Amino acid sequence: MERGKCKRLFTSLAMGLGMVLLANLSFAQEATTPAPAAPAAATPTAPAPKLPPYFTATSPDPKGPALWPDPIGANSGVWATPAGDGKGDVPDQLKLGDLYDRIAHNLYSINFVWALVTGFLVMFMQAGFMFVETGLCRAKNAAHTAAMNFLIYPLGCLGFWVYGFAIGWGNWWNGPTPPGWYASLGPGLSVLNGGWGLGALTDAAGAVTGAFKYGIIGTTGWFLNGAVNDAGVMVLFFFMMVFMDTTATIPTGAMAERWSWKNFVLYGCWIALPYCIYANWVWGGGWLAQGGINWGLGHGAVDFAGSGVVHGMGGLIALAGAIVLGPRIGKYDSHGRKQALPGHNVPMVVLGTFILAFGWFGFNPGSTLAGTDLRISFVVVNTLLASATGAVGAHLVLSWKGLKPDPTMMCNGMLAGLVAITAPCAFVNPMGAVIIGLVAGILVVYSVFFWETRGVDDPVGAISVHGVNGLWGVLSVGIFATGEYGAGWNGVVREGMVKLYGSDGVRGLLYGDFSQFFMQVIDCAVLIVFGFVMAYVWFKISDLITPIRVSKETELEGLDGPEMGTLGYPDFQLHQGSKLVE
Amino acid sequence: MKQIEAVIKPFKLDEVKEALTKVGIQGMTITEVKGFGRQKGHTELYRGAEYSVDFLPKVKIQILVPDEKASQVVDTILQTARTGKIGDGKIFVTPVEEVVRIRTGEKGADAI
Repeated sequence: MERGKCKRLFTSLAMGLGMVLLANLSFAQEATTPAPAAPAAATPTAPAPKLPPYFTATSPDPKGPALWPDPIGANSGVWATPAGDGKGDVPDQLKLGDLYDRIAHNLYSINFVWALVTGFLVMFMQAGFMFVETGLCRAKNAAHTAAMNFLIYPLGCLGFWVYGFAIGWGNWWNGPTPPGWYASLGPGLSVLNGGWGLGALTDAAGAVTGAFKYGIIGTTGWFLNGAVNDAGVMVLFFFMMVFMDTTATIPTGAMAERWSWKNFVLYGCWIALPYCIYANWVWGGGWLAQGGINWGLGHGAVDFAGSGVVHGMGGLIALAGAIVLGPRIGKYDSHGRKQALPGHNVPMVVLGTFILAFGWFGFNPGSTLAGTDLRISFVVVNTLLASATGAVGAHLVLSWKGLKPDPTMMCNGMLAGLVAITAPCAFVNPMGAVIIGLVAGILVVYSVFFWETRGVDDPVGAISVHGVNGLWGVLSVGIFATGEYGAGWNGVVREGMVKLYGSDGVRGLLYGDFSQFFMQVIDCAVLIVFGFVMAYVWFKISDLITPIRVSKETELEGLDGPEMGTLGYPDFQLHQGSKLVE
Repeated sequence: MKQIEAVIKPFKLDEVKEALTKVGIQGMTITEVKGFGRQKGHTELYRGAEYSVDFLPKVKIQILVPDEKASQVVDTILQTARTGKIGDGKIFVTPVEEVVRIRTGEKGADAI
């Protein structure tokens, strides 16, 4: 995701402090040229610059023990208290190099705290999903729906720990271009350097670097084993894990009220596979991120916080699941006309929507993985505005159609605006965010009606909110990105663009880069095909292992008793609202 | 003794109760019920799909009175529960064989 910024971070570090400390080095200039000219590959003719080890992520003494993985972060600059630690913390004894070490460590610390705290907010979005999905289902299925939203969190987490992280981020340091110039979380990420792909790349000496022309998956960090026993890797793992659980919990809404528990548990163990493969392609430096380098298409696939990677993928899995399951009993009458099966708790839906909107203030700005990246303020404002216009957009459509302002649809509208702004949030200006959110709010209403008339029963609107608007969010990057932000994104710096605009940020077609839009279209197409096919095949196969749908009797009675053994509302006699038609 | 059962609109309950208290009724039992008569149900829209609500919520009041008081109570309910619109409800009057107060064992009119 936010890789370009790291290059900028290092650039500004080098330009600021380096002006003094490294005045005669060419590092700052090198950072603006395409990646092959990375500092580690400096030509032998120039005198080797004496860079701190955390700068190049290499040990100063090749024969000594490797500095990373570093479980306590001691090799990323110097942590020191004013009390003095024998390293020269008496102010007038500090040399410039000492100061630099402390500043670098501070920078990593700010980024650690930022990524962790925003990750906590994202984790809390699980509660939002639980409220929205449970509120939109009927009371007789409340415990089952809530339990799915609950157990997907530990199941997804363990899957991510066992194999997901390794597939998605195992070759992070080498993609899209080696060596990892994205190091806002410190040089410890250099241990994520094993993967598999097409076209292994070699360095100037002919040695294999671990990078690929077309990266496909990573292979480092299964079970978070000792090879990745690093403080920075843990931050990345945590942040990416809570993101994945967002994807994992989206299909539980679209498939609610009829999905058998056993089949759901299998799904919970599988979800990390499609998610992390596709995440590798876009965020892990894989072949879609490399579309800019390889094919000259903008900056490659750009998806800042995951409209496509997180929400689009979740929505497409939800679509496949809803199709394989079929509609709930009573959703369509004998003539095929759609019937309403009203959710049982609207205030719960609204509360969940607010929790999600709150969590999104971790989701989007946290995706810088750097509190030192001041673009976070724009990300927050854009997220806010798109959520507002999303809700208003849904209200407007309902009014135009002569309908009352259904609270559940307005909630869907706000979430749609949030989903859509997730990919472009760092690259667009507030006006762009307003338009993106408004379109999303309008789109979600038509989309909900569209899928219903097509016989796809989605009790909560997950396909429309996350799938349709996730794709819209990915496309909107290619339309509204202003070019102000994202210089060097995915390792792409085009001389022509720099001459034309002063810098080569991520730029949509309204601002002069059609190729970026084209790349976003390719990204969407790949996502649709890969996400839908993977999920459809999985649900069909898992149906053979244990049936995906509960029995008719169970569904009519409500899943709480037969499936969970616990009623959501044992003290109340529930009104069996739906007519028993088929 | 008579049992008077009245099915009325829920929002009329307080008004009816107060009027009955004024004419000397000292106790009643109410039940939240659902049903339909000529009013039938009505349709609502949820996420763009129409659905019909067939059974509408009502309140059923049960009162026991001595025979001579029955018509006064029926009149009181008639006046206070009435809105003039369809769905106002119905009143049923039935004879009661015996009434027993559990605490004291009193029977008949004394137990009311």
